[in-house]
Amino acid sequence: MAPVRLSALEPLLWGACAVVLAVLPFALSTFQVVQITVFLIFCLLAVSLDLSWGLAGLLSFGQAAFFGLGGYAYAILCANDETPGAALAAGIVAGGVAAGLLGYIAFYGRLSAMFLAVTTLVVTLILLQVLGSTADPSYHIGAAVLGGYNGMTNIPSLLPEPTPFFWTVGGLLFLLIVSGRLLMAAPFGRVLAAIRENERRVELLGYDARWHKLAIFALSGAIAGLAGALFASWGGFINPEVFSLAQSAQVVIWVLVGGRGSLYGAAIGAFLVQAMTQYLGSIGTAYTTLVLGALLVSFVLVMPNGLLPTFLRGLSSIGIRQR
Amino acid sequence: MSDASAPSSAFQNCTASAGPAGKTLLETRGLSKNFGGVKAVTDVDFRLGRGELRCLIGPNGAGKSTFFKMLSGQLPPTAGTILFDGSDITGEPPHRIARLGIGIKNQVPSVWDGLSVYEHFFIAAHRRLGARRAAAVADELLMKLGLATLARRDVGALAHGERQWVEIGMTMAQDAKLILLDEPTAGMATDEVERTVALLRDVNVSTSLIIVEHDMQFISMIAGIVTVFHQGRILIEATMENVLANPVVREVYLGAGRPGR
Amino acid sequence: MEYLIVTLIGVVFAIASLVLLALGLAIIYGMMGVINLAQGEFIMLGAYTVVLSSAHGLQLWVGMAMAPVVVGVVGLVVERCIIRFLYGRLLDTMLATWGLSLGLIAAVTLILGPSTEGVATPFGHVAIGGYAVSAYNLFVIAATGFLVALTWGVFNRTRFGLIARGAMQNADMVAALGIHPPTIYMMTFALGSALAGLAGAIMAPLTGVVPSLGLAFVAKVFITVTVGGAAIFSGTLGAGTLLGAIESAVSFISTPIYGQVAMLGCALVVLRFAPQGISGLWRRSG
Repeated sequence: MAPVRLSALEPLLWGACAVVLAVLPFALSTFQVVQITVFLIFCLLAVSLDLSWGLAGLLSFGQAAFFGLGGYAYAILCANDETPGAALAAGIVAGGVAAGLLGYIAFYGRLSAMFLAVTTLVVTLILLQVLGSTADPSYHIGAAVLGGYNGMTNIPSLLPEPTPFFWTVGGLLFLLIVSGRLLMAAPFGRVLAAIRENERRVELLGYDARWHKLAIFALSGAIAGLAGALFASWGGFINPEVFSLAQSAQVVIWVLVGGRGSLYGAAIGAFLVQAMTQYLGSIGTAYTTLVLGALLVSFVLVMPNGLLPTFLRGLSSIGIRQR
Repeated sequence: MSDASAPSSAFQNCTASAGPAGKTLLETRGLSKNFGGVKAVTDVDFRLGRGELRCLIGPNGAGKSTFFKMLSGQLPPTAGTILFDGSDITGEPPHRIARLGIGIKNQVPSVWDGLSVYEHFFIAAHRRLGARRAAAVADELLMKLGLATLARRDVGALAHGERQWVEIGMTMAQDAKLILLDEPTAGMATDEVERTVALLRDVNVSTSLIIVEHDMQFISMIAGIVTVFHQGRILIEATMENVLANPVVREVYLGAGRPGR
Repeated sequence: MEYLIVTLIGVVFAIASLVLLALGLAIIYGMMGVINLAQGEFIMLGAYTVVLSSAHGLQLWVGMAMAPVVVGVVGLVVERCIIRFLYGRLLDTMLATWGLSLGLIAAVTLILGPSTEGVATPFGHVAIGGYAVSAYNLFVIAATGFLVALTWGVFNRTRFGLIARGAMQNADMVAALGIHPPTIYMMTFALGSALAGLAGAIMAPLTGVVPSLGLAFVAKVFITVTVGGAAIFSGTLGAGTLLGAIESAVSFISTPIYGQVAMLGCALVVLRFAPQGISGLWRRSG
């Protein structure tokens, strides 16, 4: 029994989304299907961050690291002749274990929220340098040559056909959002929300806040790892760029712009910002970075709650005025 | 058990059936806390019987809140031991102490502003009872505290007195053996204080209570034995009547310009 | 014996450069409790000040003197336009300065181009027995020592320093003295920025200068400040010594990359047991 009941409209929304995801490939060109697939992968990544940041208040600046590790794990296992399914599982485990280790140090060491952010960012930057330094062919794991800044290429796909792959990714995103929403309404999710609001109060009721935070942080990392494995499978390549500062910032920007705490906002933010980045990318990467930086500064200053919550609050305040 | 007769008289109901005669629930030995060079609590030997309701009074800075924070695991003691219900809980983390059966309401209201009243009670009860029974406990508390109409409201939007009740309600939902209340009636109107007294008498039927208060009216209405803290030490432990008659208490506490409120 | 001296100089240089790069952020963090994620870009701007002034025929020393002024002004503008709206919101401050970091990298790339600029390393070498040691490295060690002493003097021997430390302990008290605490924060942020600019200028002759220069340093800087904790001087010197020694030792037997990995590993172990940083160990008050 859940302490919070979801709105009756919400399952209707889910149904509509499922229908759209199912029929969308028929309305689009193959190129567009491939394009939107990667957007959906980024939505997965954004939702993973929202689960830790929006729900439990744990802001990781290293979500891109869990994503990248998932991608590398997938690529390495595939290169060693494991099945793509097993490689996908390895991606999930890699992201989850990395997040679990960092989370253990941060939460059981009682690091402040700010130090959690700094530590995860530093780990990401160091991963960038470590994997960048593996250009020499002597750096290999089994048959997988890491390839330095050039990264790994010719990674086999989970599903070679674009449309089934689209459905798989879309289905996973759908599942994640639905189960994430149910988790948020369940007792475990409410305890996490309470930890976000006032951790000490939760502990004074006998809950072990450290364990709860570790659990959601590792889960969030595992989902980021899944997204990373799907990304490596989608493009057939992975390189240390996934650990770059811009990439790490991008995940945070998606969730910040869309609005945290609802999972929907994160997905919307990822989709919108990514579409914009795609467009700007045709002009030049420096412009993209400039705009992303400006977005980050201006949203923190002007609209710290993000688009979706601000929009919904606007709607309800109009409703109150009409009454 | 606290005596529930005639709340109007401050001096008659202090004959205190709640003496230390009952079996000991909580005991501290030589409990001390230093902050740097400042001694907040010094060498406190304290004993509370099962089923007792005890009030702690003393001027600001006497060490009452620090004492509470050590009992609930929010501050590790510098020296001394805390025994609760037969086990040594000195230096245990807050969640372990809570699991053994100590609930606390801190002086500064500590609630979850973004969560509803219902959720507060549900979460407080859920750890021990599971979802189904926690929901029942939450509904019951909403009725008992008169908060039913506010059940779905965010606690951040409530008035100060209501927030206090939410936090008291959480300690009740927790089903603790001992509840520590740090200034439960601060910021409440007179009628609210009276309701709180009635509520706490009810709670005291099954639970031991230690209450820090400044409000003499409140203490007169509810207390059996009163423990007076002064400069980190226990000054005197007696009935309210004797405490009020004590010249030293009058000097350090009442003479300090805070005769009630 | 000579080999030992040369190795020792190498270790001291690693420690000094860490302390030099981290000092500005340590002041900002120690005084204001805020981590400026654009600190690496302030270092980069300092380095570019030297590159540009050299390109215009100015002496290296002139560029080095200009760098803290230029970056200090940048810091002042950033504080007025962004940071001051976010006091008390630590994570938001980090997010905004992260955006600033991305924006500065992109802006410098667009204006000055992505190519690597260089400044010749002055001084040549000093011979120690059969070994040659870069004299500039010795200069960096000396300059770091001087700067640490100078900032220590500013915070412990001047009126500004006294007020700033007062504001850190109790902002209301300082306000009661008729001093506006935000003014102190503004000056502290500008000072921290200026020190980052100077660090960048001093390091410029040792590295190629690119818009992403800051990224090469920030990981080390953040680790040092985090491990150091809130005590500006003892924390930074302690953390710089510990981490610099580990980094140079591991770099010596493997590669600089693994030197950084070892630093990170060490930092995580320290933070697991001393979440307030090592200065939290000797500042703990009960």
